Amino acid sequence: MADRRLSVTLRQHGPIRLDVEFACDAGDVLAIFGPSGSGKTTILRSIAGLYRPEQASIRSGADLWTDTASGIFAPAHRRAVGFVFQEYALFPHLTAVGNVLTALGHRPRAERRSRAEQLLALVHLSGHLNRRPNALSGGERQRVALARALAREPAVLLLDEPFAAVDRTVRRHLQDEIDELRRTLDIPLILVTHDFDDVVRLATHLLVLEQGKGGACGALPSLMSRPDMAWLRAAVGLGSLFDAVVTHTYPSRGLVELTFEGGALFASDSSVSAGSKVRLRIPAREVILATSEPKGLSLHNALSGIVSAIHIDPAFDHVIVQVAVGEVLLLAEITRDAIATLGIVVGMRVYALIKSVSIDMLKTEAMHAQEAR
Amino acid sequence: MDWTALRVSLWLGVGTIALLLPCGIWLGRLLAVREFPGKLLVEALVTVPLVLPPTVLGFYLLVTFGARSPLGQAFQAVMGQSLAFSFQGLLLASAIANIPFVVQPIQRGFEAIPTDVREAASCCGLTPWQRFVRIEVPLAWPGILTAAILTFAHTLGEFGVVLMVGGNLPGQTRTLSVAIYDRMNAFDDRSAGVMAATLLVIAVATLMLTTVLSRRVIPRRG
Repeated sequence: MADRRLSVTLRQHGPIRLDVEFACDAGDVLAIFGPSGSGKTTILRSIAGLYRPEQASIRSGADLWTDTASGIFAPAHRRAVGFVFQEYALFPHLTAVGNVLTALGHRPRAERRSRAEQLLALVHLSGHLNRRPNALSGGERQRVALARALAREPAVLLLDEPFAAVDRTVRRHLQDEIDELRRTLDIPLILVTHDFDDVVRLATHLLVLEQGKGGACGALPSLMSRPDMAWLRAAVGLGSLFDAVVTHTYPSRGLVELTFEGGALFASDSSVSAGSKVRLRIPAREVILATSEPKGLSLHNALSGIVSAIHIDPAFDHVIVQVAVGEVLLLAEITRDAIATLGIVVGMRVYALIKSVSIDMLKTEAMHAQEAR
Repeated sequence: MDWTALRVSLWLGVGTIALLLPCGIWLGRLLAVREFPGKLLVEALVTVPLVLPPTVLGFYLLVTFGARSPLGQAFQAVMGQSLAFSFQGLLLASAIANIPFVVQPIQRGFEAIPTDVREAASCCGLTPWQRFVRIEVPLAWPGILTAAILTFAHTLGEFGVVLMVGGNLPGQTRTLSVAIYDRMNAFDDRSAGVMAATLLVIAVATLMLTTVLSRRVIPRRG
């Protein structure tokens, strides 16, 4: 939906350096990923109207929120923004329902209470309506913050490190809930995080940020299959990301068959059932290349493909080779010596050997919902 | 027991709060949330009455309120009476002497509100005024309450400024603390003792009330 698209351009020399330009469509989740101090939160604050950068242009659908060139700056309370703050920023003197009611001022008075209860039910907090924030757990506070952000019927939802303060189990639950919400909302969602797990599980698009400067930006799978993302390699390790369908399960062998566009591979996983859609991540350093079809291996996956790119980084002793297997671009991290010995060049047919253990399976239908739209 | 003096003292305490609290909230919040040129000077000026001997403060106020000063003349012209040695003059002097007792606790109260909570209020669609009334004042309430109590207690006990600016006019400017001094000078130890005990009871009651009221305040972050 183009009419709810969020377009952002920010430039500033100091005190916090900013140099980014991106857009996010309704229904998409743009993850802004970078180390702390890279200006991630400042980007969100600029969108919300809490920060005024030197040069900025921020447009939500037909509304121009910030345009420094023409002196336009809508104050925060006039922007339809849902903001989930890093430490939730709940109003400590109000109950859960009171917090949500605060953001319902645009609704007729008679409807507010029932709408607030409805929103808290949506985030599974019906039992805690009259609790104050200090009587709620970290995960529950996060849910109140989310309900409060949604109460405003925002044109864009901003999440600042939403899972930083909760433990791993709660984090998984919340990630699933936000992923579910996202599909019903149909607004752009901007997620700021320094944890790549959030990106993999929630994002459809990624913007990598380094010291305020926007680096690579684009759809997640295509970005993840690029061989030249030096910073990403150092931070989380390179690895291609793509979606597949579970086509067969072999319980007796402890294997499942996963089919993707242009190929199939096997994984040892018993938790998924046939027909379910999964997202696969194959770390580059778990992929071995062979120039002829290997025989007698203990691993199941030897995919035939064509070398589509080779990236040599002088600062790095390994070489990243991109291999096209059907529609999917795999990455392999191999030594410079191996490149020379095997004589690997672009256009050459190779076999990508993947250790089955290194396949991550993620229960998400995010990308497929994307395609269906 | 000088009931008139007690009445003057209580009226002076309540009046000072009523006069000073709105200004104190405005200034305290301004100092807490805004950065502006000259902020340090304002903060220093706000504290001056705290470190100045009451007689020095009283002297300057008396000069400012006197019949020959522009303020004194203006008051005389409008109200038909002198500002010095009147209840109104005493009230104004008391308000000025109490500025630090009001501004500082309120400033700390507003400073204690996390920036993201204030920002969240704006992101909820609250206008700056709605945010002030519905979020900031309730959260700064302990500071505002402390300011009111301190002012009341301090006004009741103020002696130097009252004597300098107000003199000792029964029903006008003779407060309980001045009346105690007056009775002692007249060797009326009994009356002085009763009045001193009255002030002590009021002080204890005020502090108890503070405790009760501040218990109703919700802990900030759990």
